[in-house]
Amino acid sequence: MTEPLTRPPRKDPVARTRQATRPPTPRSRRALGLTAAAALGRFELQVCQDCGTTQYPPREVCGHCLSERLRWQPVDASGRLLALTVLSHSNDLYFRERLPWRIGSIEMAAGPTVVAHVHGDCKEGDTVRLALKLDRSGQAVMIALPQEATPHMEDDKTLRETSSDPKFRRVLVTDGKTAVGLAVIQALLDAGATTVFAGDPETWRRSAQFDVLCKDPRVLVQDLNITDGDSVERISRSIGGKVDILINTADYQREGGILFNRDMNKAREALDINCMGLIRLAQHFGPAMAGRAADGINNAVAWVNVLSIYAHASLPARGLWSMSQAAALSVSQCLRQEFLHSGGVRVVNVFSGPLDHEWEQRTPPPRVAPKAVAAAIVKALREGSEDVYVGDVAQEFLARWRDNPKGLEREL
Amino acid sequence: MTARRMGYEGVVAVAPVTVPYVRYCIQSAHWWLGKALASLLRQSGLGKDDVDGMCVSSFTLAPDTAVGLVQHLGMSPRWLDHIPMGGASGVVALRRAARAVQAGDADVVACLAGDTNHVDSFRNTVSQFSRFAQDAVYPYGAGGPNASFALLTRNYMNQTGATREDFGKLCVAQRANALRFPHALMKKPLTLQQYLDAREIAAPIHLFDCVMPCAGADAFLVMREARARDLGLPFVRILSTIERHNAWRGDAIQMRAGWSVDRDAFYDHAGVTIADVDFLQAYDDYPVINMMQIEDLGFCEKGEGPRFVRDHSFTVDGSFPFNTNGGQLSVGQAGAAGGYLGMVEALRQLTDAAGDTQVPQARIGLVSGFGMINYDRGLCTGAALLARSDA
Repeated sequence: MTEPLTRPPRKDPVARTRQATRPPTPRSRRALGLTAAAALGRFELQVCQDCGTTQYPPREVCGHCLSERLRWQPVDASGRLLALTVLSHSNDLYFRERLPWRIGSIEMAAGPTVVAHVHGDCKEGDTVRLALKLDRSGQAVMIALPQEATPHMEDDKTLRETSSDPKFRRVLVTDGKTAVGLAVIQALLDAGATTVFAGDPETWRRSAQFDVLCKDPRVLVQDLNITDGDSVERISRSIGGKVDILINTADYQREGGILFNRDMNKAREALDINCMGLIRLAQHFGPAMAGRAADGINNAVAWVNVLSIYAHASLPARGLWSMSQAAALSVSQCLRQEFLHSGGVRVVNVFSGPLDHEWEQRTPPPRVAPKAVAAAIVKALREGSEDVYVGDVAQEFLARWRDNPKGLEREL
Repeated sequence: MTARRMGYEGVVAVAPVTVPYVRYCIQSAHWWLGKALASLLRQSGLGKDDVDGMCVSSFTLAPDTAVGLVQHLGMSPRWLDHIPMGGASGVVALRRAARAVQAGDADVVACLAGDTNHVDSFRNTVSQFSRFAQDAVYPYGAGGPNASFALLTRNYMNQTGATREDFGKLCVAQRANALRFPHALMKKPLTLQQYLDAREIAAPIHLFDCVMPCAGADAFLVMREARARDLGLPFVRILSTIERHNAWRGDAIQMRAGWSVDRDAFYDHAGVTIADVDFLQAYDDYPVINMMQIEDLGFCEKGEGPRFVRDHSFTVDGSFPFNTNGGQLSVGQAGAAGGYLGMVEALRQLTDAAGDTQVPQARIGLVSGFGMINYDRGLCTGAALLARSDA
């Protein structure tokens, strides 16, 4: 039984904030295949395409038949916990600060023996389920979990450290009035967030739905306009030290390509909101979050960008908007590395297909319900994944993009 | 059809050297290896150029290997080997050097192992120990060998019913032996109660199950018997040796290692039986591996290690003289020299140079090596049966 977390007390203002340390980062290039799978929330190992042997640790050639045809693919993640130890000593600062720490040897049904972090509800001899998760260094690690969910299992140290669960955390939703913003506020309240700071860039524009959400005492409206540096700075000075998760839901979406669309204001606005807005947020909220990346149960953990799949490949019918999405993706990649090197706040990119909102009125179905995006964000935070593709259109886009990017470019 | 193995007739090991260990040291590995070579020359009366073969083991010599050490020490050997096999290095060095001398590729081989220990050496060694360790062990709590052996020990206890008291008995006996050995870093007696009460490191491993990393070096020479006689050096004969790497690779977790693959051929080749063995110097970075060696080398059946431990005493004057200088558990683990500690002690035993740790009438000794937790298990195993010159 996992001891449930309790809501952390108010922070002692004179206490030194614990600075973040990182678990060991170096990996061989081949082992980064685990990281790629974990970032998408998948469980994949190398499987030999000639003899079928599942490999672990990652190899260059098959440990059985020496074939070089090793492919990352989903494998049976179950196994038996052969031996368990509880470390009372570690050579690494990150783990020293988190002792005692459980690790074990698991004999996988797929063949290999795996050394993994072990959830508190697993004991020797148990059948366990292995999961690949990103740790605070951004690298994939194996965690042995109970085969069936146990009460409060998400509160176990191994999972709390590798996830960004909104439970007991304070979240800033940068634009609470967009379709996704509204849905995300509700989803966060349902997920046990302590506080939701809801940005309202347009106080003059009434939204009945927004007003209903604001009746919850946990929702605190912020007069935040991400196109205005002064506004971002002012709000960051007021609440920046209390933002554990930031979800950027601001979006500016218009139709039209580039060649016959000589409207530079549209281009400028798209960039100003979707890209420059993200930069402003990062520069004002980011450093404080990085500084609080190891600040107890409600440490700063995640930065979520809601992006479009067309950040990867332009949708010519919405060329200007796609351009701003691609720019935002580039910013997010920079932030991801910078956050990793300064504490481990996780940058989560949620790529959606066409949203079911007013600005996609003429887009044929299937479209993604804002609620589905919100649910995907909460799921990503709970499970600790880094790249999320929401909806059938996005999933198909991802498969096509990985299969043949040039072909996808022709077909869009 | 495997060819019949040649014997080691006419090739001997001489001049066991220990450069006294220290806990921490500001010198580099080159300093320790240089001291060891100088001691070998002093003890044997040979000059630098008489040594035309060298065999080196060290974890902290980087960026150098044996090659860099040759120029550092101003040597010019015609046969050179670098053996990165940790705890199996001593046995493997002996068998490589013996064949080189036997074949005439070298006349005198200096076998050296040594490491320094700076305050942060150990962390650097374990964090970069191997690719598999870097990818798939160190990120899991960074417990180093303590964690790996905790898992192997847990499993061994589950499978055999071994208790902490059983492991403790070995540790206590080795400490008693160490009190007779002037170079042991552990100078205080250890009681079973102290062993049991020690702080936990990685359950079921507690403090006295762990070796203490330190700096030090051990060395010996391999040459023809005639040369040893000319030099007036007491020598030890080599009856048989084995090595094996990554044995039982299908086992999900390590309960046995390479010795059990080659054991019968080992005793046959030596022309002796287990009953002829007067002492065992086993590789003892953790007590569980002592028990696996006792089983795999045939002193008892697999899984009977705990009972064997309960039935015997392991002191110098006991029913089963074992790690007679205290082993690494009480002397300290000087990196790769840990793989030589049992070898030089055996050479001393069989040349009546063991002083207070001398086993009376010891004629045949067994030295066993175990090394390199590359991922989840130790990969390198080796063993040598040695005999005093007149045995």
